[in-house]
Amino acid sequence: MAALLPLVVVWPLAATVIVFLSAGRIKGRSAGILATGAVGLSAMTGGVLAAGFMSGAVTYPLHVTLWEWMRVPGFSATIAFALDPVSLVMIAVVTIVGFLIHLYAIGYMAADPGSARFFGCMTLFVAAMLVLVLASDLLCLFIGWEGVGLCSYLLIGFWYDSPANTAAARKAFYITRIGDVAMLCGLLMMATATASLQIDGLLFAVTAGQLSPAVMTGSALLLLTGALAKSAQIPFQSWLPDAMAGPTPTSALIHAATMVTAGVYLLARLHGLFAAAAPAMAIMAAIGMLTLLVAACTALVQSDLKRILAWSTISQLGYMYLALGVGAWQAALFHLVTHACFKALLFLCAGAIIARVDHEQDIFRMGGLRRFMPGVTAAFVIGAGALAALPLVTAGFYSKEMILSAVWRGQPVLTPDFILSGHLLWGGALFGALLTALYIFRCVFLVFYGQEKTVPTGRTRWVMAVPLGCLAFLSVFVGCVEMPGDIAPVHLFTRFVDPAGMAFHPHEPVWLLLAGAITPVAGAGIAWIVWGRSGPVTRTIPETGGGTDDLLPVMPLRFVVRITRYDLPDRLAAAAGWMTRATSRMMMRARRAALHLAAERTAMVGREGTVVLVRMQNGRVRWYAGWIVAGLGAALAWAMLS
Amino acid sequence: MTAFPFNAALLLAALLFSIGLAGVLVRRNLVFMLMSLDIMLNAAGLVFVAAGARWQDASGQVMFLMILALAASETAVGLAIILCLHAHGRPSLDADTGNLLRG
Repeated sequence: MAALLPLVVVWPLAATVIVFLSAGRIKGRSAGILATGAVGLSAMTGGVLAAGFMSGAVTYPLHVTLWEWMRVPGFSATIAFALDPVSLVMIAVVTIVGFLIHLYAIGYMAADPGSARFFGCMTLFVAAMLVLVLASDLLCLFIGWEGVGLCSYLLIGFWYDSPANTAAARKAFYITRIGDVAMLCGLLMMATATASLQIDGLLFAVTAGQLSPAVMTGSALLLLTGALAKSAQIPFQSWLPDAMAGPTPTSALIHAATMVTAGVYLLARLHGLFAAAAPAMAIMAAIGMLTLLVAACTALVQSDLKRILAWSTISQLGYMYLALGVGAWQAALFHLVTHACFKALLFLCAGAIIARVDHEQDIFRMGGLRRFMPGVTAAFVIGAGALAALPLVTAGFYSKEMILSAVWRGQPVLTPDFILSGHLLWGGALFGALLTALYIFRCVFLVFYGQEKTVPTGRTRWVMAVPLGCLAFLSVFVGCVEMPGDIAPVHLFTRFVDPAGMAFHPHEPVWLLLAGAITPVAGAGIAWIVWGRSGPVTRTIPETGGGTDDLLPVMPLRFVVRITRYDLPDRLAAAAGWMTRATSRMMMRARRAALHLAAERTAMVGREGTVVLVRMQNGRVRWYAGWIVAGLGAALAWAMLS
Repeated sequence: MTAFPFNAALLLAALLFSIGLAGVLVRRNLVFMLMSLDIMLNAAGLVFVAAGARWQDASGQVMFLMILALAASETAVGLAIILCLHAHGRPSLDADTGNLLRG
């Protein structure tokens, strides 16, 4: 059974190697089938492991040490995998959603000349992501962490002949790189304190109190920075919307379902460390809160279909960070799972729509599409419902409800005399849920209802339709494994990932649940009133300057949208970037002057020295003998005198 | 047996070596340069023999036999080169004119 664990990673890695080594001899379609098959095999291997788990044939955590990476006095690192419920959940998400997206991509990328390269990068991404979720050593995890960043860069800049795409790829790489440096600093800080980066050993050292509070808080904050950059949270949010320059399956797999949630996984994995670092938790909750509101407001004013989905991803990740910040890592993980399903579904639907309306992405230029593509419409509405968390019938409702109830109870402690109020955070999260329903149903009503503005061509092929169907099924039914105590006492997910934390669902007022259920419905209703009743004004393409925000009927909403129009965090980031650039330019000039001087002097010394040496090489034997004597005499004199 | 004058022998060797060195550095005739080299080698040999006598050790004399062989072969090669140069029609034996590595 233990031998199966590395196989999970080996399948996609082998597919990558084969595709890249074939150097273009494997054409797009066969590369796609190979890649999909590899990810499918990986999913099956994961399934066998899960079956072994359920039947009790394997006791967890299952450890497999592949080899020792390095051993120096005071530090050792291994390439080792560990399987426990949390990583099993992540394997399921990565391989199953990854398999469906690969299948979809066979159809989506069929006409692209570079699709073999695309599939090579995608399977490499899956392999790196699996290393990330399986690693039992933080340094090994870091390999996967960097690997997914590299694949993200390669795939955002997949159509590299457009400068905008390569610029977006570089932006994503640079911004996540800032976080990676912070994360590496955090790892080194812990490594110097504990001599190893084994996750189990580290968490044991934390609970045993071997680490000083300063080290714990410092490394927790640095790791948090790394995770925030990977998940595009404030202040790193600006790379993810630009990352939509990549192919749509990439956006679905990397920038919605898996890579951006790697930060959430890391923090959930290290929840013991963060539980001991209260200020980091409070900052996490505050940033999550801020991000989910700002990103939701921004999504409300976007007109590009994929950008709306990108901002909604940032917003949903904000929910996960909020949950992590109040200590409910199980809720964050559950929301990660459901989000992976419904956001992949939404992206794939968006890809199917964009492919059929001649690569138009502006939602104001679409309209009435439900008459032409009823199947895609149904899938998109299911995804939108799950994202908005429509009560009872969608997966998103159960995970968001779990987060909301945990936030209500939470008490993040920033400093002993400054405690964030859980009730206040709950109010913000609920408002975020309203905004979520508003922006996604705005999208639904603008794209699928009203008058036709473009006439779609072609058909959605079955390789694209089947993944949509599967993901729609998952988006509805995944939520059934975990329900609020007031509806039904089903807690399979919590019981699975965290058998020790059974006291997770104490009873709470029923009106909390009702509020969480009514809010998305209210949001969808408002969206229907504003955009759905076919008011011709709100359906026209917004002018720059004025826009849909003037037509919003609710005053506070208009205020929030105004704030997001000016995009304060982005301005701050731009100012910081400008200052960094100015400083580095100054430093560059100083450095260039110093280098110039040094180079000039070196050249001069060389030139003068050459003249002397040329004089010495005159071809006369007696002179050479004289030099030998002089050298010998000098050496003897030095030996005698010293 | 009288005491062996080791210092005198060293002084003589140094004198011989200096004469040889001065000869190599100053003389331009190749034959005289070869002779000066042999003087220097003999000075070194004298030091070995003197040291062997001083410490009652035969290896000094063994080293001198080796130096003798070296000097003989060196002189033979040197004289052969000089004869060769002469056979090519070089008019003088001036070492400073032979600095071009060409026939």
